[in-house]
Amino acid sequence: MGAIKNALRAVNDFFSTRVGRIVFFFALAAITLFMPVFFQAAGNAFMVRIFALVGIYVLLALGLNIIVGSAGLLNLGYMAFYAVGAYAGMNLGFLMQEILARSGAFGESAEHLSYWVLLPFAAIPGVIAGIFIGAPVLRLRGDYLAIVTLGFGEIVRIAITNDIFGLTNGASGLPGVGQTVAPAAGQQWVRENLSFGNFMFSKDLFWYYVILLLVLFTIFVITRLDNSRLGRAWVAMREDEVAAASVGVNILSTKLWAFALGAAWGGIAGHTYAYWVGFVSPESFNFMESVLIVCMVVLGGMGSIPGVILGAVIITAAPEIIRAVAASPALSGLLTPEQAAAVGDYRFLIFGGLMVVMMALRPQGFLPSKRRARELQPVDETVLAQENQQLWEAEHKHDSDSDII
Amino acid sequence: MSVELGIVAQQFVNGLTLGGMYALLALGYTLVYGILLMINFAHAEMFMFGAYVGLFTLQGLSQIPFFTSSGPALLLLYVLTFLIAMVATGILGVVIERFAYRPLRHAPRLAPLISAIGVSLFLQNAALLWISSRSLPFPVLFEVRTFNIGGASISSMQIMIISVTILLMLVLDNFVSRTRLGKSMRATSQDRDTAGLMGIDINRVIALTFFIGPALGAAAGIFSGMYYGNIKYNMGFIPGIKSFTAAVIGGIGNLRGAMLGGFLLGLLESLAAAYISTGYKDVIAFVILIIVLIFKPGGLLGESVAEKV
Repeated sequence: MGAIKNALRAVNDFFSTRVGRIVFFFALAAITLFMPVFFQAAGNAFMVRIFALVGIYVLLALGLNIIVGSAGLLNLGYMAFYAVGAYAGMNLGFLMQEILARSGAFGESAEHLSYWVLLPFAAIPGVIAGIFIGAPVLRLRGDYLAIVTLGFGEIVRIAITNDIFGLTNGASGLPGVGQTVAPAAGQQWVRENLSFGNFMFSKDLFWYYVILLLVLFTIFVITRLDNSRLGRAWVAMREDEVAAASVGVNILSTKLWAFALGAAWGGIAGHTYAYWVGFVSPESFNFMESVLIVCMVVLGGMGSIPGVILGAVIITAAPEIIRAVAASPALSGLLTPEQAAAVGDYRFLIFGGLMVVMMALRPQGFLPSKRRARELQPVDETVLAQENQQLWEAEHKHDSDSDII
Repeated sequence: MSVELGIVAQQFVNGLTLGGMYALLALGYTLVYGILLMINFAHAEMFMFGAYVGLFTLQGLSQIPFFTSSGPALLLLYVLTFLIAMVATGILGVVIERFAYRPLRHAPRLAPLISAIGVSLFLQNAALLWISSRSLPFPVLFEVRTFNIGGASISSMQIMIISVTILLMLVLDNFVSRTRLGKSMRATSQDRDTAGLMGIDINRVIALTFFIGPALGAAAGIFSGMYYGNIKYNMGFIPGIKSFTAAVIGGIGNLRGAMLGGFLLGLLESLAAAYISTGYKDVIAFVILIIVLIFKPGGLLGESVAEKV
């Protein structure tokens, strides 16, 4: 036990140095950039898909983090925005294909353009849904808001299952009969030009890089947002609504902005997911998914971008990693194939148990934001002593002042 | 649209049966929320666990010839089944509280929520792996008779479910409002720290809450098994979120509110299924919730508490 602790401390010390940080940064960049290529080259297409899926969940978790982490509004129906983005993206794509096909513009390649042309607008359906949901209910406090958002999430899922407005094709999902989702422009090009030998630049790999770019863009936007007037208003409101209102923060519009911007990322992620997988059905947007995204945000560390990303990576990949480790050749001496398969079955059980243990040991999450971390240790002995000292001095200063008068 | 009285009466009885289950489950949510201000997501799994314990007890005990020999013996069999399932589920609730929630009592608000989700995931998968991934039939050992009253057919099972539900509620209501332990529960939910200063053992009260809630949830689970004829590892999920909704509609933290909310939800859902659309049946609960909360943010029977500054 002691040896492990010392080793961990040594690792931690190394990464705290300047050199260590550079090494860490380059290692991380190398993994995110090249790891999927290695998996693809090794013929492990499944892991490439997991990488891309992790990317989608990172987008979702970062979006939800605006609502839950920055603004402190618990939303248990985030999947509604994801679903709206996915279905809107698909339907608008079909519409666009038809219009372009009729007009004859862009000829053959027209059908490949839907994803890219619609991407800049992908956030809009999400934002509309966010405002639609947020406006009537944002006056509710804490847990009531949570349950109402849960309700909206379920309403959206049920509406989709019942083929609302004839746009969703019910439980069988989109595309329906007679509809097609063509590969996005670029997918074919990379396959033809960047494949060599046994290595094929696959569809999943292409989408992994598209999603990676979106994640980088999101990180950029959110960092800028956190330091903006709006970002500061969110933090002020999260810490104390009444105090924030009294210094001129418009609570309702600030909350609505959080909802709308958070929903925007749900929409973008949904749009991208729909065109990557080429198929959407109501099952992808159930309540458990919303809950898992909340878990990513909380487990990683609310309000902290690296924390939320780590949370998304762990929660998406953990069940698969548990299964992969159990099935790995390194353990073949220890586990029979049947036992390894059993561990695979047990992954959600283990995962649930780990969540409980994790919360008991580290309720603030893996990598909490600095401000949040400080909030969580309000009864620090030394700080308390300092504050008492200051108070005492202030009082006595006051005494001596009054003596003079 | 002509409204036939018989159909309305039929849906009314069906709604009361369904509402009774919601109400029993909602009581567990509201009790825990009243004391710990926490949404106990694992409560839906108490419903499932109770149903499984009930099924196995029923199967085990019905092997003994005595229990199926006569009417009163059969009644005893069912009473025993309920008691064993309720006590076992109550103990599970207390154990979960001790190991998953108590360490988090001073943690930030969301931490116990995540823990509860973890427990829920764990229990659901435990049932899936260790019992069965398919639904198991829930036997009914007594003869179900159907009475025809004013065009509505009411089964003896429905009568039993509704009456036992009401009985359990009366017991709980009296326990909380009349006994010393009930008083300490009310005190703890009003102000935990002050209650502690008055000499109330807070840990004991919380443990008691985590016994009563799951025990009632187990009863609801057995009812559900008997009524629908089968049980499954994920059977708790939908009733769970609806019951929580019912608790919020009634005013969370308020026991009578949870009962009212549960029955109201069951009734409206049955009527909506008959007159609006079965596909949108599950939406009704949430639409009602949103309407109630917009016009009465504290729930129907909840007090509107001013936010502390």
